[in-house]
Amino acid sequence: MARTIAVELASVTKRFGDVTAVDNTSLQLYDGEFFSLLGPSGCGKTTILRMLAGFEYPTSGSITIHGREMGHTPPYKRPVNTVFQSYALFPHMTVEQNVAFGLEMKNAPKAEIKTRVVEALEMVRLGEYGNRRPRQLSGGQQQRVALARALVNQPEVLLLDEPLAALDEKLRKEMQLELKGLQERLGITFLFVTHDQEEALTMSDRIGVMNRGHILQVGNPIEIYERPTSRFVADFIGETNFVSGTVCELHGNIAAINTAAGQTLRGLAQQGVQVGQPVTISIRPEKVFLTPISNGTPPTPPSKHMNAMPVQVERINYIGSDTRIIVRLHDGNTFDVWESNTRSTLDRDEYWQPGEAALLSWPEENALVLTE
Amino acid sequence: MAITQPTLTPEAAAPRRNWQLPVLLGPAAFWLFWFFLVPLVVILIYSFLTRSATGGVDWIFTFDNYARLLSDPIYVTILWRSVWIGGVATLICLLIAYPLALFIILQPAQWRSFYIFLVLIPFWTNMLVRTYAWMTILNNNGLINSFVTGLGGPRLTLINTEGAVLLGLVYGQLPFMVLPLYAAMDRFDFRMMEAASDLGANKWRAFLRVMLPMTAPGIAAGSVLVFILSAGNYIIPALLGGNKVTMIGNQLELWFRTAQNQPLGSAAAVLLMIMMVGGVIIYFRTTTEDDR
Ligand SMILES: Nc1ncnc2c1ncn2[C@@H]1O[C@H](COP(=O)(O)OP(=O)(O)OP(=O)(O)O)[C@@H](O)[C@H]1O
Ligand SMILES: [Mg+2]
Repeated sequence: MARTIAVELASVTKRFGDVTAVDNTSLQLYDGEFFSLLGPSGCGKTTILRMLAGFEYPTSGSITIHGREMGHTPPYKRPVNTVFQSYALFPHMTVEQNVAFGLEMKNAPKAEIKTRVVEALEMVRLGEYGNRRPRQLSGGQQQRVALARALVNQPEVLLLDEPLAALDEKLRKEMQLELKGLQERLGITFLFVTHDQEEALTMSDRIGVMNRGHILQVGNPIEIYERPTSRFVADFIGETNFVSGTVCELHGNIAAINTAAGQTLRGLAQQGVQVGQPVTISIRPEKVFLTPISNGTPPTPPSKHMNAMPVQVERINYIGSDTRIIVRLHDGNTFDVWESNTRSTLDRDEYWQPGEAALLSWPEENALVLTE
Repeated sequence: MAITQPTLTPEAAAPRRNWQLPVLLGPAAFWLFWFFLVPLVVILIYSFLTRSATGGVDWIFTFDNYARLLSDPIYVTILWRSVWIGGVATLICLLIAYPLALFIILQPAQWRSFYIFLVLIPFWTNMLVRTYAWMTILNNNGLINSFVTGLGGPRLTLINTEGAVLLGLVYGQLPFMVLPLYAAMDRFDFRMMEAASDLGANKWRAFLRVMLPMTAPGIAAGSVLVFILSAGNYIIPALLGGNKVTMIGNQLELWFRTAQNQPLGSAAAVLLMIMMVGGVIIYFRTTTEDDR
């Protein structure tokens, strides 16, 4: 699908002294998409936003917004606006004056400013709060003022740096929906920075996962979760089990791996996996089956396309929607298994008991063979 | 105390408040009563009395002192001069101190206290000594004039001018402007400037619309301090202005000591105080409670 490119970073590097905050990174954002940058603390997310806003300039590489090279264009001449994590509302101005600020700087006519400010405040459901000072508002309300103050300028791209991080859990969930709804209605490109993976998964059209100044993978939430291309992404997004080994056979996109414990496991291989290569298999805890072994029966896999291994149940943690079972493999490592609590029952005696022997199995396409 | 506090009911806390108030406020109240309020009342009463032939006061009530002050051109000139010299000194201090405080606040944290230390160095010596130093620089055959005449230039009249008094006042009160400005800028969150810039304001407009109003309490506090210290100053106009630039402080000295006209001096002191209080009221009006 040919889509207009709103923002392009081409081989952008940013160094602060010896620290390389962003390392030779390229990225394209499409018009009207909700794109999230996700990564651990210090990986360079804020630095990318600040370079787009114009608060920092790249050490090398180029940034273009709708085809216009930004170079050393100062922030006040860029077609982007920022929602800061600290909100950075002007405390000496009323809510209305805060929202009007950007339009006044563009010397918009007074009457137009007035109507647009009213609209913007209505949009974030703060119509009645125009005459208040920021400090007379709750955290969530301040957040919405910051949003209105940025959006009233109709930026080509809205940059949001962990805007929900300071809110409590419930309010954050509400604001996630509200933000996403706004973005869809306005059709403005959002570049959203977060280190909360659930937030990124629920809100984004696409996600870029970052680590140490690099963007490791870009994809929609399903691709990122179901087909991570690296050990880091598999580990950072959701939870997973890792088993390491060496590739011994390749059949199309299925690779067979010899593990250190002497077992052979199969999994979905990426392009370029070669026989003899050391690899890691990633298996999500909700994508496996745990079946009881009746006394003495030798374990048999349910189908030949299943991987299977005997295990011992070690701990059972009931967490409401799921039960999380930790089992021990024969090589001594532990492995997480999540079972959905699909039956509503109070009787847990029928369920897994610590020390019980079981067969752990999964379809081979549920395991991913990762090379890095 | 912090541990026991949550269990205290208001009634249980009441006895504590009974001793807290006198103990905490006592020394200040004692001081203010005997050394501020009592002399103030004496001055206020004196300002409505009549000078006696011997230089004391006669207990004859009159408004004459105020009438004379506000009608005699000599006194009006002195009052007016005090106000404008104080005002100009305040303005010059502000124009020097604001960029200076901004420069200091923008330095790395470990350097800031060093610069503040430099600003405070003049306080290490006595005000009188420092003003004498200025006299030797500005005198008719002082440092500047020996240098200028040595080069064949004309002898300049520097001492005993309004300019010399202004110079001395600015020099003497500058730290009182720098410190409140520095404190206000220290409270200012410079990320506000980024937010303004992000919203389309260039540096100058961001300064005018965001930084200046947010540091206004510092400007007001520094200005009130410098104005009060300048308009009522005694030493500097006496030494650098001679009898050419008499300000209200010098005139007060004259009335109370030489001319023995205590009622007139008292009335002038009351007028001066009304002017100062006016300045403070303007300060409190222009700043909201949490700006300060
Ligand atoms: N102005 C600066 N001077 C020096 N180093 C900096 C500067 N800004 C960022 N860095 C460094 O660059 C790296 C990336 O920082 P950045 O703020 O982009 O991380 P982040 O991904 O936003 O992290 P977080 O999730 O904690 O906000 C960090 O190692 C940081 O210490
Ligand atoms: Mg950050």
